[in-house]
Amino acid sequence: MSDLTRRQFLVGGAAAAAVLRAPAVHAQKRGATLRFVPHADLKAVDPIWTTAYITRNHSYLIYDTLFGTDANLQIKPQMVDRWSKDAKGLRWSFTLRDGLKWHDGKPVVAEDAVESIKRWSKRDPMGKLLAAHTAKITAADRKTFTLELSQPFGPVLDALGKPSSNVPFIMPAHIAATPDTEQIKEVIGSGPFRFVKDEWQPGHQVVYVRNPDYVPRNEAPSGSAGGKKVSLEKVIWRYIPDPATAAAALEAGEVDWYENPPVDFAPRFETNQDLTLFIQDPRGTQGWIRPNHLHPPFNNKKARQALLWMVDQEKYLQAAIGVPKYYRTCFSVFPCGTPLASEAGAEALKKTDLNRARQLLKESGYDGRPIVVLDPTDIPLTHGAALVTREILTQVGFKVDLQAMDWSSVVARRAKKEPPDQGGWNMLFTWWIASDVMNPAVHAGISGAGAGAWFGWPEVGRIEELKIQWVRATDPARQKELAAEIQRVALDEVLYVPFGQWALPTVHRKTIKGVLEFPAPLFWNVTIA
Amino acid sequence: MIPQLLQRLVATIPVLGVVAIAVFALLHVTPGDPAVIIAGDYATTEDIARIRSRLGLDQPFLTQVAIWLGRIVRGDLGTSIFSGLPVATLIQQRAEVTIALTVAAMLISVGLGVPLGVLAAWKKGSWIDRVVMIFAVSGFSMPTFWLGFLLVYVFAISAHWLPVQGYRSVADGLWPFLRHLTLPALTLSLVYMALIARMTRASMLTVLSEDFIRTAFAKGLAPRRVLVRHALKNASLPVVTIIGIGFALLIGGAVVTESVFALPGLGRLTVDAIIRRDYPVIQGVILVVSIAYVLVNLVVDLLYVVLDPRIRY
Repeated sequence: MSDLTRRQFLVGGAAAAAVLRAPAVHAQKRGATLRFVPHADLKAVDPIWTTAYITRNHSYLIYDTLFGTDANLQIKPQMVDRWSKDAKGLRWSFTLRDGLKWHDGKPVVAEDAVESIKRWSKRDPMGKLLAAHTAKITAADRKTFTLELSQPFGPVLDALGKPSSNVPFIMPAHIAATPDTEQIKEVIGSGPFRFVKDEWQPGHQVVYVRNPDYVPRNEAPSGSAGGKKVSLEKVIWRYIPDPATAAAALEAGEVDWYENPPVDFAPRFETNQDLTLFIQDPRGTQGWIRPNHLHPPFNNKKARQALLWMVDQEKYLQAAIGVPKYYRTCFSVFPCGTPLASEAGAEALKKTDLNRARQLLKESGYDGRPIVVLDPTDIPLTHGAALVTREILTQVGFKVDLQAMDWSSVVARRAKKEPPDQGGWNMLFTWWIASDVMNPAVHAGISGAGAGAWFGWPEVGRIEELKIQWVRATDPARQKELAAEIQRVALDEVLYVPFGQWALPTVHRKTIKGVLEFPAPLFWNVTIA
Repeated sequence: MIPQLLQRLVATIPVLGVVAIAVFALLHVTPGDPAVIIAGDYATTEDIARIRSRLGLDQPFLTQVAIWLGRIVRGDLGTSIFSGLPVATLIQQRAEVTIALTVAAMLISVGLGVPLGVLAAWKKGSWIDRVVMIFAVSGFSMPTFWLGFLLVYVFAISAHWLPVQGYRSVADGLWPFLRHLTLPALTLSLVYMALIARMTRASMLTVLSEDFIRTAFAKGLAPRRVLVRHALKNASLPVVTIIGIGFALLIGGAVVTESVFALPGLGRLTVDAIIRRDYPVIQGVILVVSIAYVLVNLVVDLLYVVLDPRIRY
């Protein structure tokens, strides 16, 4: 074996480095393929079977909707060419536009829309409300279907153009005939991209290619409304679970768009001249403290009202989000920036008064038993909120049993109605994007249906009456009045406590242009320079 | 030899049966319910009950075990609750990555760990020995995720020599395959390399003090020949044992390494499945990994016979 001199070693090392470096340069050259890091792994492909946002986002590429929601929250026709209703608003007729085709080449017909709406309305809360007001929905001919209501229903178009989970995506009739408890087996849409099922590797990547048969509308794109003009040939979702790795991959140019970076990475991205931070959903997300109404102490209204007086939103947002420019206080159950937002009945929420909270707790007859607070430590924002809550609850006089667990355990535990000392719970934390809580028909927290309400199960008959009045109101001014009244009752009964609102940025390379504002990432209108 | 081998293989079946039932039982006492996760935020109690019924989760525990074992016997690992894809397909998609990573890490560990251990033993007490031992202690002490990020920072972000993340199949070409595998394999191998170096050193020190080694030197054999042909061969039994045990270490370490480098391997498949309580996937992966572990240890047992003819089963 010959001896290797130091000089030879250095020369060899430099040569090896040059060779190693070369492909990194070539990797920058690419066609119209977008490499996107989604917020989660795509595990399921049926947007009706699951409410998971990742499945909703996937479905926006594959499927089309009858109506879309634009950036100003206006409902606009998408697959529908024209629609009409009779004078009483009880008989609606919808005609599909020309040129709609499934990815297998067959034409989209009215029967497909009818079956899709029927399946969606078995799972989605707004769909269920619509179904409860529907006498009949039938295909009149190949392109037209009619919806006959048994009673007036104000938000018909809002329901059909609902932007977030479950979105009423339109599927072929034979696929939409799948029972709602069973996941669909085939992924055939009529949307602007096709799903490449053979290249789908759960936990790693999802591949979509442009649908050459898609005929976009002529209007300018806005949210999920308007023309879905596609410039990209291919979109690859590359799931990178570790935020530091995803950030490094974006900075190194190995991916183009990172959907949901942790907020503490924002300052680092802001100083990088190759990257753009962008608030994709300006209305953002609302945080909740949800008491369990079934068990003491929160089966007592005064104990719940103590929560309202103790919450200082600024303190919560500092702990949960941390960067002031990405959060705001909001004293409304309907998110600030949406049409129904108001401060009706929010006096207690606006003003923190721990003495008042202590007084209310005393009046409630709280007996000092520990309250079980679920703390999902793998979700930083709810974990932060849980830690703040423990401190304040203790100051007010509650005895707190903060139970650390992962989010999946919270999801399982929250469904338990047993008393807290038998596996149940007293308090949990969650969050909802604004689109999911922007009106009483979609808002999971605005329900007083007892066993039929969202976890926590408040039983408040007045809320249910007002909700029915709201969905039957057809005049926007009346709807707004009713929404304010609903909020008064919701805050008085403390169905839940909103602890603030935030809008976090997405980040992409500067070469990416045309990203649209919407609660979900949309891939039409996007170009790569 | 072949009858003994078959006997050993047959003996693994009850082991796998115990593993399978233990995993099944553990999963069902762990908090969490896939039906609740599937049902989503708006689900009613009735919705959850319908989904549980469709998944067969409302059946008694023993019935579920029997159904699952029946499927396993027929070679059916089941279907993922969430993706609807067969568990066998998911494992097949991921196995190449984990095998490539584990084999590469093993080659690096053995390829460097054994010579370093031999060298340290040969130069006992010298600065070489101390450097090797410092390296070994450091290797044990560095958390895998930290080392991974350090290597990414140096070689991918600062120097741009290697990619930050991802995996390219060997079918895409040897060069992209090696470029993507280098940093993860180095990260994963370090702890194991340190372990092998220490074990080799200790084992070699024992053998080097034996009379037959002194005799070999007295006969005038070259040091390299004494070290490799006489000392190392006799010191290799504990090292081979460690390699077998280390296989489990590597599989465990692969979970972290695959996350840091975003490699779509079995480790991440398992973690994702655990987070979602995707029971068929968790059970399938653990069963397959157990089979691999049992087989590796069988190979180790057979190697004993090759290395030491006195050993008989």
